[in-house]
Amino acid sequence: MSFSVSERQRWMAVLARASLDELRTCLDAASPLPPHRRLRGPETGLIMLRGQAAAVGDRFNLAEITVTRCAVSLEGGTVGHAYLSGRDAARAELAAILDALLQDDATKPAWMAAVIEPLAAIQAENEARQRRKAAATKVQFMTMATTR
Amino acid sequence: MMRPGFHDPVPEAQGCFRAMLDAMSRPGRVHTLDVALDAPPPLAPATAAVLLTLADAETSLHLMPDGAAAGDWVRFHCGSAPASLPEASFVLSLGIHPPLSALRQGSEEAPEQGATLICQVRSLTEGEGWRLAGPGIRDFHHLRVEGLAADFLQQWAAQRPAFPRGVDIILCAGRQLAALPRTVTIEEG
Amino acid sequence: MAYVAVKGGEAAIANAHGWMAERRRGDPEVPALSTRQVEEQLGLAVDRVMAEGACHDRGLAALAIKQAQGDLIEAAFLLRAYRTTLPRFGHAAPLDTGAMRVQRRISAVFKDLPGGQLLGPTLDYTHRLLDFALAAEKEAPPEPAAEIPGDAAGRLPRVADFLVREGLMRREADSGQEPPDLTRDPPDFPASRAARLQNLARGDEGFLLSLGYSTQRGYGNNHPFVGEIRQGKVAVRFTPPELGFEIEIGAITVTECEMVNQFQGSKSEPAQFTSGYGLVLGRGERKAMSMALVDRALKAGELGEDRTAPAQDEEFVLMHSDNIEATGFVEHLKLPHYVDFQSELEVIRRMRSTAGTSATGSEA
Repeated sequence: MSFSVSERQRWMAVLARASLDELRTCLDAASPLPPHRRLRGPETGLIMLRGQAAAVGDRFNLAEITVTRCAVSLEGGTVGHAYLSGRDAARAELAAILDALLQDDATKPAWMAAVIEPLAAIQAENEARQRRKAAATKVQFMTMATTR
Repeated sequence: MMRPGFHDPVPEAQGCFRAMLDAMSRPGRVHTLDVALDAPPPLAPATAAVLLTLADAETSLHLMPDGAAAGDWVRFHCGSAPASLPEASFVLSLGIHPPLSALRQGSEEAPEQGATLICQVRSLTEGEGWRLAGPGIRDFHHLRVEGLAADFLQQWAAQRPAFPRGVDIILCAGRQLAALPRTVTIEEG
Repeated sequence: MAYVAVKGGEAAIANAHGWMAERRRGDPEVPALSTRQVEEQLGLAVDRVMAEGACHDRGLAALAIKQAQGDLIEAAFLLRAYRTTLPRFGHAAPLDTGAMRVQRRISAVFKDLPGGQLLGPTLDYTHRLLDFALAAEKEAPPEPAAEIPGDAAGRLPRVADFLVREGLMRREADSGQEPPDLTRDPPDFPASRAARLQNLARGDEGFLLSLGYSTQRGYGNNHPFVGEIRQGKVAVRFTPPELGFEIEIGAITVTECEMVNQFQGSKSEPAQFTSGYGLVLGRGERKAMSMALVDRALKAGELGEDRTAPAQDEEFVLMHSDNIEATGFVEHLKLPHYVDFQSELEVIRRMRSTAGTSATGSEA
């Protein structure tokens, strides 16, 4: 298994941001998922969100958020984990299976290409569109001298 | 290889909680749990079920070294914060338990802060051995426990004067459990 | 005060609930509202219910609004009740609003702040004219929002940083202290800033708005300016104990407001700016601003100001900000108090008869 923690953090983040529909669209075009065993969940609970006074000062508890987690193992024993905001059990289970597949050198390249990269591209475009919309509302000040 | 926890967490945890509640209100009665749990060695199914039911991310747990082999399973499924022996709200022991006086005792204002010792023993039988008395018991109740420290009864009697402070115990063996709340008095017999 | 149980009325209650269910649905000829419609088209109501219910879940908030027939306090109550059924897995890392993917970011104090003023989706410059086109049978979809190439993603500097750098405002620092949690520990006075901020973040928007307004009208005035408001998506990060490293579990929209306030200075402190902070789930901008005003007012004690106004009275503010507690205590007055009232009746009758006999008796 050759992957760094930051690589795994990236694919887990991409899976966390993807909707069930987006995930299924990618999976429909890929080879079928191998059998897996549920170790825990999928189960829904809460995580307490925190803020900081004036964004940089003391921490405070802001509010909770619903989170669904799942842990699965594949036949070879690789354990995959998922923690996703919201209550979608199916999404959490798929993300946990993919996390396991992505840890295995033999299966990683195919699943990166079939799922992670396409989802990352969709997410990058969504973010870019938000930035373009925000840019269109940027105020361009004119000094009074030019408008006089 | 990591083993799963409860197959169906809500009803199984509720069933186990009910059994513990009954065990606490009728000290010394032996209850048999009806759970299909693939407990990780060296945990007995009852011990594993009690942990899954009581311990979570909001409780603190101290694992005695004899339970270390199941440490990964406990950390994964319970998610409890690890705590030192005098600070933990739950203490898990599989062989000779630590002295009761070393566990968190609670205070006069907050006796509920006293620790609960989850103690796996060799066997639990309703019958001669101990004679229990106290709230929840009409006259006397007999219980035989194998696998506790030789001076257990002295330790148990020693925490009595500090009441309502003290430690409660859940005894587990195989699929069975019984409870010793701090209100109970125990004599040989 | 003692409560005495009374029995009876089960059938009446069941029928009352049945009638309420019929009311909730309204005219069955009108199509039923889907929770997706609530989520998508009543987004600000969803945000408010999440903030006051202190639980982020758009779908649950939408369901609560539908079930509560649009009564947002009742909806927040339903959400709070639901969250008690869920286990807590832990707490997230503090939201990094510096790395927010901003949709809106404005300052009322610096025109040319680096990164610019982004109005985002706002009502600020509308005329508040009812748009009858929305009432038409077939509502035409709006034109897609304009897009122009924007800046690359990155951290935006804070207005407060400029004032801090000039020595005109004190720098806030993270003491690393674990914050108290209102959902686990009862409130304790004097409260820490962390306890105050949690309380305000889940407090009633109307209550905070009125208190904030009162500070502007002279009840604890401290000359507020909007240093900065930012709104957008922030990643939620959590470290699962079984993994031991931080992962992103999703992204949520929040609104943050930092108010900049005048401070005359005291014997120990030179004149300078102080600040108040607001952070709210969703697009609750009015709430974030109100929260920042009240947070600043509650700093009166620390800053050595006279505490004379309601918004500066910590216990008053924190004990009355929660609309679910408030509605519970106010609305419980509707429930039977027959025995309590009987004793009151007897007391009043006795007092009157005593007063009557000691007076000249002319009233008889």
